[in-house]
Amino acid sequence: MRNSYHIYMRELRSYFVSPIAYVVIALFLAISGIFFYLLLQSFIQMSFRMMMQAQQFQMQVPAMNINQMVIRSLFLNMSIITLFMLPMITMKLFSEEKRSGTIELLFTSPITNWEIVIGKFFAALTVYIAMILGTVSYVSVLFIYGNPELMPVISGYLGLILMGAMTVAIGGLISALTENQIIAAVGCFGTMMILWFVGFASGFVGPELGAIIKYLSVMEHFTDFAKGVIDSSHMVFYLSFAFFSLFLTYQAVESAKWRG
Amino acid sequence: MIDVKNLSKNYGSFEAVKDVSFFIDKGEVVGFLGPNAAGKTTTMRILTCYMPATQGSVSVAGFDVFDNPMSVKKRVGYLPEHPPLYPEMTVESYLSFVGKIKGLSGKILKMKLDKVLERTSTAEVRSNLIANLSKGFKQRVGLAQALIHDPEVLVLDEPTVGLDPKQIIEVRELIKELGEDHTIILSTHILPEVSATCGRVIIINKGKIVAEDTPENLTSGLQGQERIEIEVDGPSKKVLAALSKIKGVLKVSEDGDGSIKRYKIELEKEPDVRKAVAASVVNNGWGLLEMKSSGLSLEEIFLQLTTDEGVEV
Ligand SMILES: Nc1ncnc2c1ncn2[C@@H]1O[C@H](COP(=O)(O)OP(=O)(O)OP(=O)(O)O)[C@@H](O)[C@H]1O
Ligand SMILES: [Mg+2]
Repeated sequence: MRNSYHIYMRELRSYFVSPIAYVVIALFLAISGIFFYLLLQSFIQMSFRMMMQAQQFQMQVPAMNINQMVIRSLFLNMSIITLFMLPMITMKLFSEEKRSGTIELLFTSPITNWEIVIGKFFAALTVYIAMILGTVSYVSVLFIYGNPELMPVISGYLGLILMGAMTVAIGGLISALTENQIIAAVGCFGTMMILWFVGFASGFVGPELGAIIKYLSVMEHFTDFAKGVIDSSHMVFYLSFAFFSLFLTYQAVESAKWRG
Repeated sequence: MIDVKNLSKNYGSFEAVKDVSFFIDKGEVVGFLGPNAAGKTTTMRILTCYMPATQGSVSVAGFDVFDNPMSVKKRVGYLPEHPPLYPEMTVESYLSFVGKIKGLSGKILKMKLDKVLERTSTAEVRSNLIANLSKGFKQRVGLAQALIHDPEVLVLDEPTVGLDPKQIIEVRELIKELGEDHTIILSTHILPEVSATCGRVIIINKGKIVAEDTPENLTSGLQGQERIEIEVDGPSKKVLAALSKIKGVLKVSEDGDGSIKRYKIELEKEPDVRKAVAASVVNNGWGLLEMKSSGLSLEEIFLQLTTDEGVEV
């Protein structure tokens, strides 16, 4: 596993010497910042209106739920934005090494293919986590000026990380199947789109197939996390999907040898 | 050190390497010579455990590449056809990364890093980005990468390709120097490279070995033939006729104009017929101005061996 660490460190450094990581992170923070601003704005307006109404009619001011109105929506929005960002993080993982020939160095060094796969997976995951943790600053604004519940925030980030782990593993797998980074990115994006929105199709097919499709829907599993519910069955879904993708990546890397 | 037995490699239904066997002893520097698509890179990729053979067995430094790849990888340094460099890294951080995945660490890594930078004359660019290096320096960093863990065996795939003449000479000098304490197999299609650096040549064509010998033996006489060149002052038709009649002369060709001409003569090695050639010229009253033994050039042998004649199945 020490070799995984060397692969991990090299990969991570290469993210941060090239502009990719910065561009992706900045873009993500900007877009989710805009969403955060809009959500907050409408929340403030709404509470203001409520207060005016309450005064007019001599009623008690109704409690507004910032968790429901801002935080839950923010996490749902962020989970969709990451879909557009993650393929840019994972696209080069293996395809670039194949194209440039550096894979020959890795394959002829005394390290195992698992060590390569694991090192790369965690490097991309680290970039992703750094990206979403940038939004902690937005959420902490809410804690400074109000007192929202902490639990939904924690579960929201946990959900984002688990979903990201699954996406990074899938993106890595697709990157191992091609030498072309663009194809790797588009393939990852397309796969994730299908897994996200397949849930909508569940209403149109029979009940058995519908249940299966619903189970495969990434969105279905994320909603609970955004609500503040940590359900182990959702964790199992994301983690087993990630492990399965890593296993397939390992197989692909092994067989790449056979193809020369 | 390197023992290849009945090695075959198929890509799909295409046979890139067919039943190749050779042995390389400890400390030898062997040239792996062949035209494009001969199967050199394929063979080297199998030696370095990059990909498995379809058939046959290969052992390197005493370990089988299939049963014991980790032990082989630890003992082999490999410079692939395209140096495996990460352009966004500096030379030093790149070599340190390679050292780490080859199992080095701490003080030893630092020491070996300095040594290899010095040995490949790359110390001056140690903190440069690889992307900004010239082709020659990239090739050297590629060599440094293969050397960092002090491997017993070096596998170099076209180490001088794309370099300018001065750098070619420098890299050859380096290989010769490395040959003193390493077992080296290097591939090339440049013939002078082989005579300049290698103690032995393996010529491969279309996936098969067609010859294997020292560069000297290959050049001086293929299959018991010898070649001499003479310069004669005399009527060329008569000279040609007279020379062809001598017993033991296989082939005569003329070259040049005017009354003084050069003749290339291929003759049997045993018995020595050079005296008979000289006598025939002198007895006819022509002037024998020069006689020298010329040998086939490596180019000619190479072409002779790799252009169909008798090689095709
Ligand atoms: N991955 C591959 N898939 C299919 N065919 C391949 C593959 N790699 C090599 N070949 C074929 O195998 C043959 C031998 O290739 P190889 O690269 O070993 O030749 P080479 O001697 O190194 O040639 P060169 O001097 O051009 O580098 C060629 O015909 C090549 O097209
Ligand atoms: Mg080649």
